[in-house]
Amino acid sequence: MFLNLLFYTFGAVLVGAALGVVFSRNPVHAIMFLVLAFFNSAVLWLLLEAEFLAIALVLVYVGAVMVLFLFVVMMLDVNVEQVREGFARYMPVGLLVAFIMVVELGQVIWVRSWGISTLTTAPPLPEDYSNTKALGKVLYTEHVYAFELASVILLLAIVAAITLTMRKRPNLKQQDIAAQVAVRREDRVRLVSMPAEKKE
Amino acid sequence: MKRVLTLLVVSLLASGVALAQTGADAGFWAGLPDPLRLTILTTAQVVGVTVVLILCVAYMTLAERKIIGYIQNRIGPNRVGFKGLLQPFADVFKLLFKEVVVPTNSSRFLFIIAPLLSIIPTFAPWTVMPISDSFVLADIDAGLLYVLALTSMGVYGVILAGWATNSKYALLGAMRSAAQIVAYEIAMGFALVGVLMAAGSLNLGDIILAQQGGVLNWFWLWLAPLFVIYFISGVAETNRAPFDVAEGESEIVAGFHVEYSGVAFAVFFLAEYANMILIAALTAIFFLGGWLSPFEGLLGADSFLGQPSFFWFALKTSFFLFCFLWFRATFPRYRYDQIMRLGWKVFIPITIVWIAVEGVFVWNKVGPWSHLATAGS
Repeated sequence: MFLNLLFYTFGAVLVGAALGVVFSRNPVHAIMFLVLAFFNSAVLWLLLEAEFLAIALVLVYVGAVMVLFLFVVMMLDVNVEQVREGFARYMPVGLLVAFIMVVELGQVIWVRSWGISTLTTAPPLPEDYSNTKALGKVLYTEHVYAFELASVILLLAIVAAITLTMRKRPNLKQQDIAAQVAVRREDRVRLVSMPAEKKE
Repeated sequence: MKRVLTLLVVSLLASGVALAQTGADAGFWAGLPDPLRLTILTTAQVVGVTVVLILCVAYMTLAERKIIGYIQNRIGPNRVGFKGLLQPFADVFKLLFKEVVVPTNSSRFLFIIAPLLSIIPTFAPWTVMPISDSFVLADIDAGLLYVLALTSMGVYGVILAGWATNSKYALLGAMRSAAQIVAYEIAMGFALVGVLMAAGSLNLGDIILAQQGGVLNWFWLWLAPLFVIYFISGVAETNRAPFDVAEGESEIVAGFHVEYSGVAFAVFFLAEYANMILIAALTAIFFLGGWLSPFEGLLGADSFLGQPSFFWFALKTSFFLFCFLWFRATFPRYRYDQIMRLGWKVFIPITIVWIAVEGVFVWNKVGPWSHLATAGS
């Protein structure tokens, strides 16, 4: 009962935040709504006792990805009017995507009405069960190749992004930190002994 | 003084809770339904910890001014109360009664919410903090991940404050500190991976228990590079000197909170000091054995100094807090590009190399991993 109440509260906030992402005029506000949405979905996962995934969602998406989003959006001067220009042109595609998603959602509910076994609540787990450990065991034994492959693809994306944005500019001045650190007093300071000036 | 105060408050609180538990058999307390009793007890504990934390922050500001004063051959504040002990309250009341000025072209809602977003992540991690060997608010398994997730949230307050004020200096300060926090968070995370490998658990209490057996078993020895990097990154993460370019007074006035006044400013101030206490406490837990006694096994089991207690945790945390102040009085401010270089090109590679070295240790079962030789399957 109490869990249901929690689920519907956080679910309602999640839906509200998601609508806020779409409808807010200011991109920074939209991003903050998205952060709220991530938080609420993390709470929903917590209700399913998936604490590792829930905290990882907050850590990765809220703590890292959305910060970068915010960074970029703040730096770009997004002109909302200009962005809205293509609205009518993209409308059919948008409506098509929306229609497909609604149909898919409807199917999930429809399947449930057949009475096919769908989990309504998570099965209770033993006291000493830690899903961090369980996930680690599966990832690094059974699915180790797929896991490593995914990490290599991510690395490839990082390297590709860096090489794409790297450009060699002529006459670029760069510091040589090692040379700066290696400098000694004698290299820079010259003591000059001067005869004392005499008064006229 | 701060320590004595916290000890006093914590012991008072503990005796209160104990009284409540012993008196549970009779009277009004027993008449309450179980969930309500649990709620009241937990709420009382949470409020207690928060109040103690806020008092610590208040006296941290006084300690900072006093210690830096003595380092610079001054006396520091000594007018309000005995030896200046009431100075923090004078400051707080001054700030409370000041007007909060909201700039005309600011984004009002975000302007108000930014200080809150920066203070919540500094207080929330204390729920999983093992304050003494018998007291944790919530003993959860993924404690370390929870702390990491919350500390990574702190940057929102800074960025939003800078953006919402609609001021050049504030935006520049926010950009600087956000880039800095993101950079050093990675080094901190990697250092914690090392701690995780050594302890074999994400639970903060278990991490402390894994360090049992005297000073040489604490993680600072086997994870020495990670220890140094974690603490320096912590200083950078809290935007404290010598990494305080976010509010470099000579360049951008006061950085991201330049337009904040009154209570809103006080909240940012509170968040900065609460963050310092958090980093100091975490360093003590991860690398200096938290509430474990350094004389473990050397002194008799009945002596106070030989036993694990809140006292040791407070002492270790106070040491790191003192280091924060000491750094501020000693080092000149880093140049911005050098901060970035230190974070990305020095700290992150060192942590990765040390994680690999630790892997070799684990494989050969030396040091803290020698128990694996018998227990491992």
